[in-house]
Amino acid sequence: MSDDILFDLRGISKKFVKGNDTITVFENLDMSIARGDFLAIMGPSGSGKTTLLNMLGGVDQPTSGEILFDGERVDTLSESQLAAWRANNVGFIFQFYNLMPMLNAERNVELPLLLTRLGKGQRRKNVAAALELVSLSDRAKHMPKELSGGQQQRVAIARALVSDPKLLLCDEPTGDLDRQTADEILEMLTLLNRDYGKTIIMVTHDPEAAKYAKRTVHLDKGEFVAKELAA
Amino acid sequence: MKDLYLVLKNLTRKPLRLFLTVFATFIAFMIFGTLTAFQQAFDAGVDLAADDRLVVVNKINFTQTLPIAYANRVRGVEDVVAVTHLNWFGGYYQEPRNQFAMFAVDAENFLTVYDELVIGDAERAAWIANRQGLIAGKSIAENFGWQAGERIPVNSNIFSQRDGRTDWDFDVVAIYEGADPQTDTNSVYFHYEYFNETQSFGGDFIGFMGVRTTDPQQNEAVIAAIDDMFANSPAETETVPEKAFNKAFIEQIGNLSLILTSVVLAAFFVILVIVGNSMILSIRERTREIGVMKTLGFTSGRIFRMVLTESLLVALIGGVLGVLAAGLMVSLVNKAPIQLPVLVLGGSVWTQALLYVAVLGFITGIVPAMNALKLNIITALSRS
Repeated sequence: MSDDILFDLRGISKKFVKGNDTITVFENLDMSIARGDFLAIMGPSGSGKTTLLNMLGGVDQPTSGEILFDGERVDTLSESQLAAWRANNVGFIFQFYNLMPMLNAERNVELPLLLTRLGKGQRRKNVAAALELVSLSDRAKHMPKELSGGQQQRVAIARALVSDPKLLLCDEPTGDLDRQTADEILEMLTLLNRDYGKTIIMVTHDPEAAKYAKRTVHLDKGEFVAKELAA
Repeated sequence: MKDLYLVLKNLTRKPLRLFLTVFATFIAFMIFGTLTAFQQAFDAGVDLAADDRLVVVNKINFTQTLPIAYANRVRGVEDVVAVTHLNWFGGYYQEPRNQFAMFAVDAENFLTVYDELVIGDAERAAWIANRQGLIAGKSIAENFGWQAGERIPVNSNIFSQRDGRTDWDFDVVAIYEGADPQTDTNSVYFHYEYFNETQSFGGDFIGFMGVRTTDPQQNEAVIAAIDDMFANSPAETETVPEKAFNKAFIEQIGNLSLILTSVVLAAFFVILVIVGNSMILSIRERTREIGVMKTLGFTSGRIFRMVLTESLLVALIGGVLGVLAAGLMVSLVNKAPIQLPVLVLGGSVWTQALLYVAVLGFITGIVPAMNALKLNIITALSRS
């Protein structure tokens, strides 16, 4: 496997059992994602894009096949090993931000650092740097309900970045935002990919959002139906 | 410590719910603390009874009298150290509702038999020398504001003097204290001679006797000797160890222990349902947040501990405040002018309370903690 490959999916199958029926989402799917890639995954509802994202993020496991991250199998890890793997390697950005409503912006950003051995002082420094990166230093003490949707998503991006993961997984990151705010968020993701070398995988319905990615794949019924480079 | 901050933030996110659950727990522990203090006070009547002390009553029942001559005959029984006799006086101070335990006793021997009532030697001698003297317990003296050296009138709701009056004048010679914090200090004792000479009906009768033996091992022989001595007489006796007598006396009220335990259990059961339900709802509302935390890398075990800590904290805050409030109730009851044993809310109540805090916190937290433990990330994130 090339050193440039961050993710390598080999013969992935994913099936769900619902009552007496078995629903096959993926059958023998192969896929590689290069280090430093910015990949948009598009497709209609039920095409399997969120399931794929969940498997890449280690929150779901394939029924069969192998998922290699940096050359190491992650599909065989236990629940607690996967939790540690996620904490060390993956930053998550959700459609609805998913900030903790009882914590202010800086405490939300600090959450992933509670899983590290960093001292309080170092945690505060890292949080301040992450908030500065998303231009929200002046909102550090604000509660989520005091922030706009765009600001909340920027806090979520800071939270995803603060532990310096290699990979950012974004599930419809602009799905709840207006066009202008969505563009600001996507420009920020582009910057993180271009200037900070973060590998970004983004699930989106929005063709405009997909344009910010380096490449886009289309999923339909668990299969890649077309591949094209973004403009 | 890192997680404690999150636990506290979660705990205080809905102040009204926190207040209501803590308040419910507070009430349960206040009931528990107060009733346990009552139960221990009643039990103390049995626990503090001397092993080497017997009570001699009329065999018919203890409200029937005995001839005073019996006292001297019991003094002659082998292994009897001291004998005193006591008559219920039915005393009240100023108003009939101020009734209290007052006994006419054989003053010379009384403090030898009941040596847990503590006064100085000079005061004891002064009391024996003063036929109108009485000794009052510290609690009742404080309730009525009596001071040593004061002369007070006390009425009887049973007896009257030969001139028809129902009040007697007494000198408060001494205020006694208890050897143990739970020793009864709500009673008053005065000279039998003064009572016997002035009261209008009957005479030379006694209510019951207190007998101290040389050794608890000899109790059985002394009991047999006393009861055999008065067998087939017009006033046969029944002699029992003081512990058994006190226990039987308390049981007349009913099975206090069962009543108090039932009330406490009912209170805890209600709290269990209220707090448990509240915790389940609270965690259910946070399903998505728990899913996000798991996604970020918080392990299921860590989240389980955080949820359990949250319910333990609710129980701890409510429990500690409840027992503190019970302490306040106990001190108010002790100061109130009512005839009750001395209530003490001691270390054993706190130990029990902390144990119940742990049990309550665990039971109310275990279901939501298990739910959080088992929660699947994808299921959690898909819930709106």
